[in-house]
Amino acid sequence: MTRIDWTLLGFILILVTAPLLLPVGGHLDERFAGADGQAQEAILATHPRYEPWFEPLWEPPSGEIESLLFALQAALGAGVLGYYFGLRRGQTRARSAARAAERAQPSSTRDGTE
Amino acid sequence: MRLSACNLVPSLAGEIRMHIMEGFLPPLHAAAWTAVSVPFLVFGARRIVRITREQPQLKLLLASAGAFAFVLSALKLPSVSGSCSHPTGTGLGAILFGPSVMAVLGAVVLLFQAVLLAHGGLTTLGANIVSMAIVGPWVAYGCFRLARPIGLGLAVFLAAMLGNLATYAVTTVQLALAFPDPTSGFAGALVKFGGIFALTQIPLAIIEGLVTVVVINLLIRISGDDLWQLGFGPRPCRVTEVTT
Repeated sequence: MTRIDWTLLGFILILVTAPLLLPVGGHLDERFAGADGQAQEAILATHPRYEPWFEPLWEPPSGEIESLLFALQAALGAGVLGYYFGLRRGQTRARSAARAAERAQPSSTRDGTE
Repeated sequence: MRLSACNLVPSLAGEIRMHIMEGFLPPLHAAAWTAVSVPFLVFGARRIVRITREQPQLKLLLASAGAFAFVLSALKLPSVSGSCSHPTGTGLGAILFGPSVMAVLGAVVLLFQAVLLAHGGLTTLGANIVSMAIVGPWVAYGCFRLARPIGLGLAVFLAAMLGNLATYAVTTVQLALAFPDPTSGFAGALVKFGGIFALTQIPLAIIEGLVTVVVINLLIRISGDDLWQLGFGPRPCRVTEVTT
């Protein structure tokens, strides 16, 4: 991580935490809600006769199960990303180390091995 | 401005979601958006098959691009409007592999959320694919190509940020088309949905842009070979010298 990356991560942290610290959303029933029903309400407010013609086949039975699945989604993605970054980092390091060792060797032995 | 917008439509203000809910597009709209998405999915799938066959080394990076979208769309972040929304994560893959592969990877994310989380839906899957997995990535890719001469970091930032915003813009249009305002019609609904979307989404789009820049920086440092294979970015001279 370079200094630029750390600076960017700092900005990200500020952007994520600022709304939580600032007095925003006080006029809402529930701050930082993501309630599923509200968009439906908004549409039904202007289109009272609209009936959703299809229901979700399965819904998480509770908020806990929903957050379990969201966490699972993030964990799966993060796992793949972590595997990739770790693998490539190791490979890149091993290759640089091998090249450094090769350079450090006297030229005569290198000719012998080739 | 913010307060007035929220006061006008209080029921919407706390609820800004990327995906259109199950059953909440009329059947004709749902069918039309699905029809639009199909050719992109077919093209994207063929492109993925070609990449994995011709450049198998890139399989892992491709999976990582999908994983990035998976992670980011699971993170619901607070925004200054007082409500939550989530980034898309589709910009990274579009920048690296081109926009077509993201149609498929984004569709996988949307399917996961529709089936397991009742977030989005199967009938609205087509419409959501068009916004998040097709238009977003294409906008990101276009911005990246246009802004690339200015500088890599800036181009990546703009691409991911505007791709995110484009996704929400399309969702707004889709909702306004399906549910025009009874008095002011399509335009009125567009302004109504759009004003609130923009307020919530701009900070999150900036976050997505910054995260994508950090990931690209990381890739350049540790994964120069993969990027070189993609014909992407600077020559991988920093950690993997071009010795041959």
